[in-house]
Amino acid sequence: MQSLGIDVLFKGTNFLRLLEGLWVAVRISLISVAISIVLGILVGILMTSRNMAVKAIFRVYLEIVRIMPQMVLLFIVYFGTTRVFGWDLEAETAAIIVFVFWGTAEMGDLVRGALISIPKIQYESAAALGMSRGMAFRYVILPQTIRRLIPLSINLITRMIKTTSLVMMIGIVEVLKVGQQIIEANRKVSPNAAFGVFAVIFLMYFLICWPVSRLAVWLEKKWA
Amino acid sequence: MADFSPERVGIVTESTGNEVLRIEHLHKEFEGNVILKDLNLTVRKGEVIVVIGPSGCGKSTLLRCVNALEDIQGGQILLDGRPVHSGAKDITLMRQKIGMVFQSYDLFPHKTIIQNVTLAPCKVQKRPRAEAEQEALELLERVGLADRRDDYPRQLSGGQKQRVAIVRALCMHPEILLLDEITAALDPEMVHEVLDVVLSLARSGSTMLIVTHEMAFARAIADRVLFIDEGEIVEESTDPKEFFTKPETPRAQAFLKTFDYE
Repeated sequence: MQSLGIDVLFKGTNFLRLLEGLWVAVRISLISVAISIVLGILVGILMTSRNMAVKAIFRVYLEIVRIMPQMVLLFIVYFGTTRVFGWDLEAETAAIIVFVFWGTAEMGDLVRGALISIPKIQYESAAALGMSRGMAFRYVILPQTIRRLIPLSINLITRMIKTTSLVMMIGIVEVLKVGQQIIEANRKVSPNAAFGVFAVIFLMYFLICWPVSRLAVWLEKKWA
Repeated sequence: MADFSPERVGIVTESTGNEVLRIEHLHKEFEGNVILKDLNLTVRKGEVIVVIGPSGCGKSTLLRCVNALEDIQGGQILLDGRPVHSGAKDITLMRQKIGMVFQSYDLFPHKTIIQNVTLAPCKVQKRPRAEAEQEALELLERVGLADRRDDYPRQLSGGQKQRVAIVRALCMHPEILLLDEITAALDPEMVHEVLDVVLSLARSGSTMLIVTHEMAFARAIADRVLFIDEGEIVEESTDPKEFFTKPETPRAQAFLKTFDYE
């Protein structure tokens, strides 16, 4: 059997570099998720508004995010806006902007869905007990919304972590890019490195996303 | 039987004569359909009024109007002489005096039983937690559910949930209780445990406005029966036994006949 090409990872600091690359990917997704959750809650509440104009604006926003490939968004922000508006944007900042733009829309839609899934009579029984709208929202509606939301938003987190593999296209050296560099540098001595390195990267993504997705399943059961 | 005397339960009635609730010329319509027309009703302290009628006759809407869960298009609703209106500034204050129990219990699913019943006393009435909990436990004890204090609503049966819902309303010390078909969603064997609680509330002097389809219960508990059809009071009787055996109006006769299988 041919070599699996894993040996290259034990040369020099290769494995450490791979881990550093992984951290870049995780960092971008964590920062993006954190901002998206805050903005998404605001957007989600606005999306339940009865105002037609507000509804329409967020509808269009959501559709744009759904239709546009994330890569195109990355190119527009990193290569496009930097020239047109003449600002100096770090690649990582550009990536976070795009991920937040995407995450806020998806999160907003999840929040909207969770909010309207709370039965109207929950508002009414809170009102019948003399609670103001604010109190009902804070003590009755929001806690239930968040319980429904957490499993769904965790799925969004795993999708974001996976999608960070695109950011190497705007020059960010994350785990996939580091992998490519290692493979390129060892092309002569270890031609099978592509298999070993990418397999290890696959495992790394798995080890990060799997516990997160198990957590979602567990929470879903716990709060069902 | 549990002791629900006003002193124990803490139901307070301000001394504005004998009258607790007065409904004057109530008019309610929804999308052009008239649901209640020129309805008048006075409820005195300690009175138990049972409202019956065919489904869709407006009896549940009447209850929902009383605590302004529905807005009204004419007339007024006065509690202790003060108007109850959905847009009013003091509506949350007025609603504290009007306890309501719904058909589908509607406990807060994310809170335990004790949290369900003490949430509003602590947050709305700003009462000390220890005091609110002690009172809540006494009331839960009376409906036989003190040992379930730390369970979640989903762990309880329908009848148990409904008894908790009654306690949740009582913890606010309402002047009047509105019971909206509270046994309609229950399995038959659970109806009794809930109605027993309501009966003992009535005996201890609680003022109640009850919508129900349980005719035997209505007959046993009512000081006054209102038969509503098509948005108006068709027949009113202060003698429930008389009403249920020999209703005067043809519409009430026809309605009561639907409960017979002879």
